[in-house]
Amino acid sequence: MTDGLGPTRPRAPRRTAALRKLLRDPQALTTATVLLTVVALGLLAPVLTQHGVNEASLEHVDADPGTGDYLLGGDRSGRDIWARLLGSVNTSVVSALIGTGVALVIGLTAGLVGGYYDRLRSITEWVFSLVMTFPGLLLLIVLMPMTKGDHRVTMLIFGVLLSPGVYRLVRNLVLGVKNELFVDAARVSGLPDARILRRHVLFAIRGPVIIAAAFLCNASIGVQAGLAFLGVGSATVPSFGSMISEGFANLYIEPLQIVWPSLLLGVITVSLVLFGNALRDVLEGTVSAPSKNTARSSLATRTAPVGATPPELLVIEDLTIAYPTPSGELKEVVSGVHLRLEAGETLGLVGESGSGKTQTAFASLGVLPREAVVTRGSIRLEGRELLGASERELQRLRGRTIGYVPQEPMSNLNPSFTVGAELAEGLRAAADVSRAEARERMLTLLERVGIPDPPRTFASYPHQISGGMAQRVLIAGAVAAGPKLLIADEPTTALDVTVQAEILDLLRDLQKELHMAVLLVTHNFGIVADSCRRIAVMRQGEIVETGTCLDIFRAAEHPYTRMLLDSVLDEHSVRRDPPPSVSRILAKEER
Amino acid sequence: MTVPLLEVEDLRLTYRSRGRSLRARPVEVLHEVSLTVAEGETLGLVGESGSGKTTIGRAVLGLARPSAGSITWDGQDITHAGRRERRALARDIQVVFQDPYSSLNPALTIGDTLAEPLTVQGVGAREARRKVGALLDRVGLPADASQRLPREFSGGQRQRVAIARALAPEPRLIVCDEPVSALDLSTQARVLDLFIDIQRRTGVAYLFISHDLAVVRHISHRVAVLHRGEVVETGPAPAVTSAPRHPYTRRLVLASPVADPVEQEKRRAARGRLTVSVETSPTPDSTGATAVQKTDFHRGTR
Amino acid sequence: MLLYVARRLATGLVLALLVTLITFLLLAPSFDAIVGNRLGAGATAESIRAMKTQMGLDRPVLAQYSDWLARVARGDLGDSFFTGERVGHTVGQHLGVTMSIVLVTLALSVAFSVALGVTAAWRGGIADRVVQAVSLTGHLVPNLLVAIALVYLLSIRLGLLPATGFTPLTDDPATWARSIVIPVTALLIASMAGLTAQIRGAMTDELRKDYVRTLRTRGIPARSIILRHALRNASGPALTVLSFEFIAMLGGALIIEKVFAIPGFGSYAFDASLQGDVPVIMGITLFAVLLVVVVNLAVDLVNGWLNPKARIL
Repeated sequence: MTDGLGPTRPRAPRRTAALRKLLRDPQALTTATVLLTVVALGLLAPVLTQHGVNEASLEHVDADPGTGDYLLGGDRSGRDIWARLLGSVNTSVVSALIGTGVALVIGLTAGLVGGYYDRLRSITEWVFSLVMTFPGLLLLIVLMPMTKGDHRVTMLIFGVLLSPGVYRLVRNLVLGVKNELFVDAARVSGLPDARILRRHVLFAIRGPVIIAAAFLCNASIGVQAGLAFLGVGSATVPSFGSMISEGFANLYIEPLQIVWPSLLLGVITVSLVLFGNALRDVLEGTVSAPSKNTARSSLATRTAPVGATPPELLVIEDLTIAYPTPSGELKEVVSGVHLRLEAGETLGLVGESGSGKTQTAFASLGVLPREAVVTRGSIRLEGRELLGASERELQRLRGRTIGYVPQEPMSNLNPSFTVGAELAEGLRAAADVSRAEARERMLTLLERVGIPDPPRTFASYPHQISGGMAQRVLIAGAVAAGPKLLIADEPTTALDVTVQAEILDLLRDLQKELHMAVLLVTHNFGIVADSCRRIAVMRQGEIVETGTCLDIFRAAEHPYTRMLLDSVLDEHSVRRDPPPSVSRILAKEER
Repeated sequence: MTVPLLEVEDLRLTYRSRGRSLRARPVEVLHEVSLTVAEGETLGLVGESGSGKTTIGRAVLGLARPSAGSITWDGQDITHAGRRERRALARDIQVVFQDPYSSLNPALTIGDTLAEPLTVQGVGAREARRKVGALLDRVGLPADASQRLPREFSGGQRQRVAIARALAPEPRLIVCDEPVSALDLSTQARVLDLFIDIQRRTGVAYLFISHDLAVVRHISHRVAVLHRGEVVETGPAPAVTSAPRHPYTRRLVLASPVADPVEQEKRRAARGRLTVSVETSPTPDSTGATAVQKTDFHRGTR
Repeated sequence: MLLYVARRLATGLVLALLVTLITFLLLAPSFDAIVGNRLGAGATAESIRAMKTQMGLDRPVLAQYSDWLARVARGDLGDSFFTGERVGHTVGQHLGVTMSIVLVTLALSVAFSVALGVTAAWRGGIADRVVQAVSLTGHLVPNLLVAIALVYLLSIRLGLLPATGFTPLTDDPATWARSIVIPVTALLIASMAGLTAQIRGAMTDELRKDYVRTLRTRGIPARSIILRHALRNASGPALTVLSFEFIAMLGGALIIEKVFAIPGFGSYAFDASLQGDVPVIMGITLFAVLLVVVVNLAVDLVNGWLNPKARIL
């Protein structure tokens, strides 16, 4: 029976995609299997062992493996090591469950509540500060008379001691998520708080919490083993710690006795840690420092003919940039781009997101990300080939000959350096000036770019100045050493429109003053009309049209360019149809 | 119908700037703002950063608390509506946010996200599923989208989902907070047309917030211009956006570049002729410190 | 800023008060057993009661606590129930021993972790994988087993280093150095595991940030960017991890101390707890809490220096 919505049975929701990925990951699969096997062994102990854990037999004292039906031999009290081993597994599993369980229940609940409700947070902060300052190990030992060494009670207390860590983790995650727009949207939808917390907040943060749980299990097992090793524990309940301790004491008589529990404890620990890491990789994605891509094609290092400087400042030919996909293939993001820029002129590089315009800009600066591969092409600045040049050569060019103005003012300033310190350092790297001279020059430049109180801004940190001022600072930094080419990547997109107009004025003035060529990357045709003499339109990695500004605005040839120009909202796109019952209110409102 | 759908009167809103600084000075973000939205109309709210336009939207939605003034919905005062009242209002007032990437819960399927506001209002599961299908159709998305996760869609498509979610309870007003600012030029035009189309068909009203004058002009019947927490000009869209009266609005209009080199040069010249006004307003910033000259001042002709 | 420090210290004192009070309350039910321990075998209910009165342990609990508090305010932490030594003096001694090991460990850990973490983040590729493996190995093996393995190898088998025993630094630096090699190594492996991963992760994130790229475009050399700019910003969270490790090590070195018969803070606390040496336990608790407060405060102040946004004006 169809209901007109397509397939009659909805496909399984993709939220189990994570589970599927986990099962396919070899590390996760192996470690999970190992762990499950170990746990199973412990559970099946009654079936797999012939003797009780405390059953002592004189003739089996320090027995070799295989004596009688003692699979792994007997310990110094004549007990079956194999049985005690499996018993230890159970002890560890119980310890892990209790310790982790308690820590999670307390930490998770408190973290959700404390993170979401500001007013309750001060209370939860206090409580957990208190718990955290408790000397944990001490407490466990001090309470021995009360717990009588029962590992379950000890682990309960340990779980409480671990909860501040979980609390902090969850609280931070919740703080990060609660201001996300989808939580706001849920509130506007009228969802009650409990549901928001459960369905949206908790669901969104479950990744790190699950990972933390794996490591908490490890910690619980480790602490219980350690305590047992030191003798804090029940004498009748077997555990790895006590077995290792006895084995240690018996090291000279029968060294094997220490091997079995150490081995099994080691295996459990290793598996838990590796499983936790695999979980992290699957749920959060590995943040691996990308390696320099050696898959470069044969790019002949062309040494430019030194001699007469050609009229074109920047020549890009057949530039092709690609990135490796997860499957290993290369996907082109810039394909066969040709560009020419003369000294002193402004070229607008226009395109939508994904057009490759920023990639082209980065390639010219030599600051493409590590994973990027330039498979072919050439970028020549004043006749000198940039692609394939050494980092040292490029470094010499940057700042001195090529300048860069980024898009986002705030994130492009080092938050822990004063504005002045950073500017001065940049100037000294590009020009041979003393510290005092650098400071003087930058102060003058700050005034030139329109900063009202240069010394004050010089001494300020980025978070103390506004976005517009920060962008002026960045422009000052870019032109400080008088570069011949300025690459401006959407320099006004993050700014208010009135500020934008001023910044564009500034760039235009500086360009004339310093006789710079400007490569202006933008998606806004208004900016192009304002500042550029020539335009190149990019789409999905390719240049579809180039020409002078006037030509393109009057009569663009390529259909894509025409489509873009048509999408621009202008004076003529006004709402004409009136809403119902508006006229009377209209009359009232006109001031 | 003389009673406007939404009426905001003399609204004030103060943010208590919290933080590590011991000198937490309160910042007044809205200063006696008044506006109205009639049934089925679009009121465009335009302003730059710090104008308070987003705050007005949040106050109407109940996400921010006003310190004075009133917000009236359909004749009833909702300025300090409690949780239960807000939940009832959710049937009438909805929202579409700016960021298509964070306004959808990445862990829920599109279908779950769209069904949630319905099931919360008491709609049964099967009915909700049917409605979800109808909603997807209305915003131009395929029916199988309900099974997929947000990350499988583009920005423009996600924004359509956000619009669908806003439409689910059949509201009478949708607060649109910069809904197309994060979209590409071509997508922008299409999504704006969707907004207009929906308004024509369902008669829903919009409080449309944007920093982009051209966008506001395209979709609004009336426009209110905000500057530093105050409404400086209100009127019909064509008038306010092409022939404004208030000097700030004029600055705004002349600062927006026009996509024609000849016209733009004229506009630039006109901007240069505007009176030079050095604006220095020591507004305390979030650290409590008064960063003097936080604003940029306007240079005259060179 | 002084106001901030004063406020934190005041809060710390309140915390110390609460923690010591709770500890004392938890000990109170065990007084009988403790006194029994002290009297040894042959203790009767009579003699226990008599001893309790003599020691003043039969008074109301809160009264006993406030007496202790009053004495502490005068600088007197009391005498051990079992050895009669001055608590303040002995705790300080044992703390010093553990500190000498812990500080050496942490200093080496920081040096190695920074070097490895920065290299891994900068070079990437094989270097990164190696560092990740090193870090992982540290996590994998429990302290306990490392210590035992090292003792077995280096002392028993090869006879290179002393298996047990500790010589204070002040007595003879050379012997001190030899006696701490194995303990420090055991602790170092675990410490580096966490710290290296932390620094590597933080640096990798930092190097991806926009401002790093912009600094490059100014012509600033890579080394300068990494060491002066990125490392400074990445250090904040690493510092917090370091402080956790420091605090954990004070107590966590316990097992190492037991295995190597080192008279450190952890083993002292352990023995005292087992016996129920109340004055010592109270003294240790007080020291521990105050140390935690001071360390946390120091970390926050350094963080404030590193990160101007978090600075307390």
